[in-house]
Amino acid sequence: MAAIPLPGAEHENYLNKEYGIRSWLLTTDHKRIALLYLLSITFFFFIGGFFALLIRLELLTPAGDLVQADTYNKLFTMHGQVMVFFFLIPAVPAVLGNFLIPIMIGAKDLAFPRINLLSWYIFIIGGCFMLYTILTGGADTGWTFYTPLSTSFLDTHVVAAAVAIFIAGFSSILTGLNFIVTVHRMRAPGMTWSRLPLFVWANYATSIIQVLGTPVLAITLALVALERLFHFGIFDPQKGGDPLLFQHLFWFYSHPAVYIMILPGMGVVSEIVACFSRKRVFGYKFMALAVIAIAVFGFLVWAHHMFVAGISLYAALVFSLLSYLVAVPSAIKVFNWTATMYKGSISYTTPMLYAFGFIGLFTMGGLTGLFLAALGLDVHVTDTYFVIAHFHYIMVGGMVMAYIGGLHFWWPKISGRMYPESWGRLAALTIFIGFNLTFFPQFILGYLGMPRRYWQYSPEYQVLNVLSTAGSTILAVGYVLPMVYFLWSMRYGKVADENPWGAAGLEWMTASPPPTFNFDETPEVTWEAYNYGEAKEVPVER
Amino acid sequence: MSDSATVADHNPALQHHFADMEQQQQAATMGMWVFLITEIMFFGGMFLAYMVYRYMYYAAFVAGSQAMDFWYGTINTIVLICSSLTMALAVRASQVGQRKALVALLIVTMLFGCAFMGIKAIEYTGHWRDHQFPGANFHFAGPDPQHIEIFFSLYWAMTGFHALHMLIGIVVVGFITFYAWRGRYGPDYHNPVENVGLYWHFVDIVWIYLYPLLYLISHKHTG
Amino acid sequence: MSAHVVPKKTYITVWGILMILTVVTALVSRIDLGHLSAIVALAIATGKALLVVLFFMGVKYINQKMTIVVIVAGIFWLAILMVLSMADYGTRLWS
Repeated sequence: MAAIPLPGAEHENYLNKEYGIRSWLLTTDHKRIALLYLLSITFFFFIGGFFALLIRLELLTPAGDLVQADTYNKLFTMHGQVMVFFFLIPAVPAVLGNFLIPIMIGAKDLAFPRINLLSWYIFIIGGCFMLYTILTGGADTGWTFYTPLSTSFLDTHVVAAAVAIFIAGFSSILTGLNFIVTVHRMRAPGMTWSRLPLFVWANYATSIIQVLGTPVLAITLALVALERLFHFGIFDPQKGGDPLLFQHLFWFYSHPAVYIMILPGMGVVSEIVACFSRKRVFGYKFMALAVIAIAVFGFLVWAHHMFVAGISLYAALVFSLLSYLVAVPSAIKVFNWTATMYKGSISYTTPMLYAFGFIGLFTMGGLTGLFLAALGLDVHVTDTYFVIAHFHYIMVGGMVMAYIGGLHFWWPKISGRMYPESWGRLAALTIFIGFNLTFFPQFILGYLGMPRRYWQYSPEYQVLNVLSTAGSTILAVGYVLPMVYFLWSMRYGKVADENPWGAAGLEWMTASPPPTFNFDETPEVTWEAYNYGEAKEVPVER
Repeated sequence: MSDSATVADHNPALQHHFADMEQQQQAATMGMWVFLITEIMFFGGMFLAYMVYRYMYYAAFVAGSQAMDFWYGTINTIVLICSSLTMALAVRASQVGQRKALVALLIVTMLFGCAFMGIKAIEYTGHWRDHQFPGANFHFAGPDPQHIEIFFSLYWAMTGFHALHMLIGIVVVGFITFYAWRGRYGPDYHNPVENVGLYWHFVDIVWIYLYPLLYLISHKHTG
Repeated sequence: MSAHVVPKKTYITVWGILMILTVVTALVSRIDLGHLSAIVALAIATGKALLVVLFFMGVKYINQKMTIVVIVAGIFWLAILMVLSMADYGTRLWS
């Protein structure tokens, strides 16, 4: 990536310190590794998005007339697997977390820089397996790999997909391991736990999940592969195996995984809301405890994905109750963001628009999760579009918006340039409108009974499906816009100084872009987090 | 702590992003412990499967366990415990700077590891010959052969992944042995030996649980 | 780093106890204890594991509380997986 020559001297930073492909592929600089991840996950985002568009295209009409049923199964499977494992799980941690955590705590790098690079290579290898899977015809198990369908009844590339995700899982584990040790051992003098930015707390909590949950997914997928290759029988009912054992093992990871896919976004939102309300986050201690609580409680609720699968009623009752509990810390966070904004000096910058979107859409998604946690209601809406709308509200309306908002917020730090603010706001609005148009009708569709994973449907559902597809095209445009103007900004964007937003945090006290070792001198922290002074106007490019 | 003024640590092993050796070593050791709990969860999935099926098909698990070779399992347990002793002594040698003892103990540790793998190879060959590998060729003369196939599936999966971890351990100890022979470790710097030791002992602990669960289920042994 | 050098005698004693416990668990398995067999076997195995963790892995001699927290967390999470799963299997026949 070449530095753009500017009038005036350009300081040495992590981007222009060394040139050439080797300096990027063999880097141990966490900031460069973050950019490597940024490119990789953006690539997979487009692939997953492409599958989504094909799904929506098929669902324009009630008949299954665009693709065959088996192909449709492959479309939603590959959409889910690519989006979850190769985009959402790494997104904020591996891009923003990698870039920012060392700087936010005043360190020169993560604890294990070489393992950081290794985690990216592992991700790429997993990605290659996933591309192989796609190009050779894909898997059609659903992203959930349920047995015995996946182990005994399909002749598609199930093992290849399982291997791809198994490998990518190790990338996730290593990232989490690195973050945990980094936060424990690499904080600068004076940076106590209670002075950490909430973004760091959120990624720390996420790392706990990554480290404790992902290995169970790994062994589960390995057992599925062994079952397919050697006919082991562990999940085969004909040999006395229990398919529900697979589901217990799978969801033990995959439920906490959804918290991997939201907690970092919550961390981003805390940073953005504080900055553009010019106020410290309300209830810092509770916000920090809440992310830890979500990480821990998140491991206690997995069988709410199995209410109608055949688990015992008593287990279902226990898991239903626990699922209600996990909503409490999430709600606390929503209240505290709101309280942060109360009597703050609000600026409607692009990142703040995304934060607003997050808070509203995450709340809707989260509330509908409570509907699903109620046993009686779940029997009616499980495996319908209600569930699909629920999780897309959280993952797309929540996490993806937080991720994009975070990219905007820290873009000046990462690239040394400002993105064009008007285009930023336009894209945010486009995404918000496109998102709601795509997914709100799906709540209604699910309630009315349209099942998920069906490539044809009853004609009475068509109007809502057409609205949803229309929304998805608007959403697609919204996603492409930032890609275009971020690239544009690298050459033509306004040069950013150290702290264009007037934000608090160590990352805003070093140059934009930062030098390779982050700080010219290791900072010594004597202030609390979010030490915003008087409310003042944020200078914003119009 | 700025780069320029620090005098205390000129240990050649110090990595630039750490302030001093103590921070580096604490980070490395903590990293190894966090890695080990990921391994607890990795094996844990199989232990759950074991628990569920032993609960559901106890008689089949008894029959399957009786078909295991008691002596191979017991000797392997002894071999691994001995290897943990030599590994612990090796770490100690690195702490007090006894290079020759360190190298010797690491080599003996590897030999014990290879002995374990050798015995497992003999066992596996025997099981394979006796049609005790799951799949089309599985055959077990006795009650409940289908559920016994599940027992053997878990046996192969659990001991197989354990053996894989042993193999990786032997290779890594091999690298450490080479560096030790080159004189890299001493009282000032022996953290890698300690951390490899932690991994080795963990793999031993997994076997400590596998042994009674796979070989000793019933009170009658045929081996 | 942890400065404590453990005497060789300690290691050898621990090794001896582990050997004895191995013999014990093998012999006890020959006795028909019914349901208790599994509990006894796991108890002995856990005893052996504790010896390895405390002495061979040096946990007895370190002063890092964080290490203990990490280990306990790992075991606790394994317990979550097993206990809550068995909550399903154990109660399936209740209704």
